[in-house]
Amino acid sequence: MKIMTCPLNGPRNISEFVCAGEVKPLPAPDAAPEIWARHTYIEANTAGVVFEWWLHAPSAYWFIAERDTRTDRIVRTMSVDAFNALGKAAP
Amino acid sequence: MSDRLPPPYGSALVRDRPIDFTFEGRRFSGYLGDTVASALWAAGVRTLSRSFKYKRPRGILSATGFDGGALVQVGDEPNVPADRLALAPGMPPVSGQNYSGSLAHDRGAWVGWFGRFMPVGFYYRTFFRSPGGWPFYERIIRRRAGLGRLTPSHAHPPRTDKQYLFCDVCVIGAGPAGLAAAQAAADAGAEVILVDALPDAPLGLRSAGKLPDRVRVLTSAIAQGLYADNWLAIETEQRLYKLRGTQIVIATGTFEQPMVFRNNDLPGVMFCSAAMRLVSLYGVRPGRRAVVCVNNGDGLEAALRLLDAGVELAAVADIRSAAESGPVRQQLVSRGVEVLNGYAPYEATAYGGPLSSFVNGGLTAIRLARVGADHPHPLPGPTIACDLLCMSGGFAPNAALACHAGARLAYSPAQQRLAVVDLPAGIELAGSVRGAMEVDTAVADGRAAGARAAALAMGTPPSSARAPEPPTGGSRDVPVVPHASGKAFVDFDEDLTVADIENGIADGFTHLELLKRYSTAGMGPSQGKFSASGTVRVAAETLGVAAEELGTTTLRPPFTGARFRLLAGRGFSPYRYTAMHRRHIELGAQMMNAGLWYRPAYYGKPEEQVEAIRREVHAVRNGVGLIDVSTLGGIEVGGPDAAAFISRIYTTPHLKQPVGRTRYVLLCDEGGAIVDDGVACRLGENRFYLTATTSAVDQTYRKMLWLNAQWRMKIDIVNVTAAFSAVNIAGPKAREVLARIPCDIDLSAQAFPYLDVRVGTLGGLPVRMLRVGFVGELGYEIHVPTPYGLALWDLLTEAGRASNMAPFGVEAQRVLRLEKGHVIVGQDTDGLTHPFEAGLDFAVPKSKTEYVGMAAVKAQVARGITRRLVGFKMAGATPPPECCLVLRDGRIAGRVTSAAHSDACGGIIGLAYVAPEDSAIGSPITIKLPDGHLVNAHVVPIPFYDPDHARQAL
Repeated sequence: MKIMTCPLNGPRNISEFVCAGEVKPLPAPDAAPEIWARHTYIEANTAGVVFEWWLHAPSAYWFIAERDTRTDRIVRTMSVDAFNALGKAAP
Repeated sequence: MSDRLPPPYGSALVRDRPIDFTFEGRRFSGYLGDTVASALWAAGVRTLSRSFKYKRPRGILSATGFDGGALVQVGDEPNVPADRLALAPGMPPVSGQNYSGSLAHDRGAWVGWFGRFMPVGFYYRTFFRSPGGWPFYERIIRRRAGLGRLTPSHAHPPRTDKQYLFCDVCVIGAGPAGLAAAQAAADAGAEVILVDALPDAPLGLRSAGKLPDRVRVLTSAIAQGLYADNWLAIETEQRLYKLRGTQIVIATGTFEQPMVFRNNDLPGVMFCSAAMRLVSLYGVRPGRRAVVCVNNGDGLEAALRLLDAGVELAAVADIRSAAESGPVRQQLVSRGVEVLNGYAPYEATAYGGPLSSFVNGGLTAIRLARVGADHPHPLPGPTIACDLLCMSGGFAPNAALACHAGARLAYSPAQQRLAVVDLPAGIELAGSVRGAMEVDTAVADGRAAGARAAALAMGTPPSSARAPEPPTGGSRDVPVVPHASGKAFVDFDEDLTVADIENGIADGFTHLELLKRYSTAGMGPSQGKFSASGTVRVAAETLGVAAEELGTTTLRPPFTGARFRLLAGRGFSPYRYTAMHRRHIELGAQMMNAGLWYRPAYYGKPEEQVEAIRREVHAVRNGVGLIDVSTLGGIEVGGPDAAAFISRIYTTPHLKQPVGRTRYVLLCDEGGAIVDDGVACRLGENRFYLTATTSAVDQTYRKMLWLNAQWRMKIDIVNVTAAFSAVNIAGPKAREVLARIPCDIDLSAQAFPYLDVRVGTLGGLPVRMLRVGFVGELGYEIHVPTPYGLALWDLLTEAGRASNMAPFGVEAQRVLRLEKGHVIVGQDTDGLTHPFEAGLDFAVPKSKTEYVGMAAVKAQVARGITRRLVGFKMAGATPPPECCLVLRDGRIAGRVTSAAHSDACGGIIGLAYVAPEDSAIGSPITIKLPDGHLVNAHVVPIPFYDPDHARQAL
């Protein structure tokens, strides 16, 4: 079973985690339905290194993981603050 | 007549401990340390079982326990490998498999004669041609097919538990390389676990000084699979171990490969290594007069050792030239053995000739043929009488575990063998699996691997990189010697011959993975361990390509047959009780599941269910009732941005919600579908206490945390579902009951109006009291910290005695809320229902500028409502079951979501989705019952009961 390193709890079995898809900015609340539909239902499904939302379920802690979707290799995990500090567009 | 050899042969045996056992109804005797197969072979038994398709007799082939030829039935357990099953006193009776009549004289063996009519793929073409054909054939095939016998009615062995293991270095394989690796790793200070599939005795690890005590050894243990991050599944007789090894050393050795020639499956034809195991480990002379056929040096060494053990060596056939045979050839010749270079086995014959399948015979002779570059077609040569043929067609690495982890097998033409490439980090190979075929090089290789693994596991940098793979001794491709009459087996498990592989390719299955599935090559018990090389060789020759171009098929766990009872283990079903659970049982409640929770459905005997529910409903409407609602979800949101945060999430507005007031909340997902509802209580300017549905609260909580991880508003969010217990005391007499309990909250209608919330103490218990209208009567939902839950129930029960207060359960509550037309999320809503379909328009005011799913809800409203949830009434005594269809002009327009008989409303009431055109009050609707009957109902206003909502506002 794969091991994932939670930024808060350290290395844990992957069964303790939930993946919630790619990190992408939320549209404005009054954005057109087409934009919200694309955000909700269309995934980029990138084959490569992506940033993803992950939840450590037992401690209800959300964080971000950088993962290579081709090899399922977890490059690194980081708190949301650390992700924002990377200079990416804040989600 | 025994074929036993004296010591020092038979290192596994304890000769002063004889053990008796039964095979095929006959008594046999062996020693402690024997396997069933070795004891039988020593007693002269040659046929251990019969093959899958042609029922051909089979004996010992590999003596590893991984070929499918020696599978026997032991008592009730089928498919046990006899060459890995240690003799034990009191063993159940053992028998062969897959025969009718007797193992020795199988009445059903005639099927072998029809082999030419059962080519690869014949199942598909023969049994499915005509409709109705398969059920006819199926009955026959079921009786004849399969190997062992399973009797489900017999007692099952006790449930087993799984166990977790952790270590620095896990070594798989206790051969010379594995032992050296375990030793080296332990010497370096690592915690080591050593795993081997063989039982204790043949491994001989317990003899003094073999291994330090700190190395934990698992014998009769099979590593079935290697999963992500060095997660190993290890199966023993009693347990499935889940082992995490920081570093893993795979020292699993090789599998000797067979030669492919006519009748190469006869009992008496075995690998050179099998003969060596019989001689060294079990002290069994494998035969009286032997012919040894090899294409590599290890086989020649085996010939010498057979001579030493007293086996007459009639001839040695080496495909290679005299020069390639090397000095061992000279030793053999000087001991009077005829060595024929450039020869390979051509045809094996058994006692009984064509009738050999029907009689208890083994090998009697082998005919050799001249092969080689000069002889593209084999030139038949001498026939030699023998009862033992030891063959060695080369060695394939046992790299399955490495392949599970992502490595690949690639053919190396220089070494004429498969090599492991793309080995992931964290795994080392050691020994012959890596090409170190000599004992000395294997031991040195193991030592290096163990030291390196220990260093990596303990975080110290290893002293050096691994040495490159040692060059293998000279070997050739697996010899395939064609014969016009066929029966040259490529896959012994599946009875596949050279012709079958050729025909599979002729049928168009030229890709190796497709050919495997069409022919079933490599899909038997041995999973291709002894057939992959031959299959690839034949396929490559047929297709006219090099073997390395074809590649290999993907190896997946389990490594060998895995027992279901170990995988299943014991089941654990968690459940949750409320604080008041004990009281419900004492009151005679029938409990039901609400997710993991147990809740009272009603109080009374099962045969009085309908009456009990009616009684409870009546009590609430006319007196007072008490229900345990502790399972309700609870979330606290606190902080300066609390009101703003909640307003951004729910469809409802909260910025101006007064302190001390509650408000119904509705939560949608981004697709606009309702996912949760509840009540928001404003306990303070910056403090909200939210209730949610039992099943959705965890998801709602996670959603809130996720959104705030992005919004970064100044709030704390806490899931307090289990921290609070709650009851609902409801009915016209509710206030009168509460008045009997000391309370610092003014409960009068003016001081504490409908929909307000108060915090205080009730009977000394800290409470939050909500006036809610779910069941439509004067009611108080009282929340306490869970440690006080039982006390609260008892307090209210005592106070309610004078008012004949009755406990009521989930079933009664459903009827009561239905009479008020209240929607239950998940029952009256589905995965797509948006608020405006369900009549929850009031919860989505136009003034809201943001809530989850806003864009979707607005878009759906703009597109137009396609169905509406309405209340209906109908005649009759039996309510329609949930999900009955509502039809319009013969087409589906909706469905019934809730229905019940209501005393207060004098008939059957319910909620249903109907076409918008039918949603006007009074419209007739048609409901289709499960038996197909159509019944009429008509739309009525909601709520059915107390339409002015006067009773709950008392």
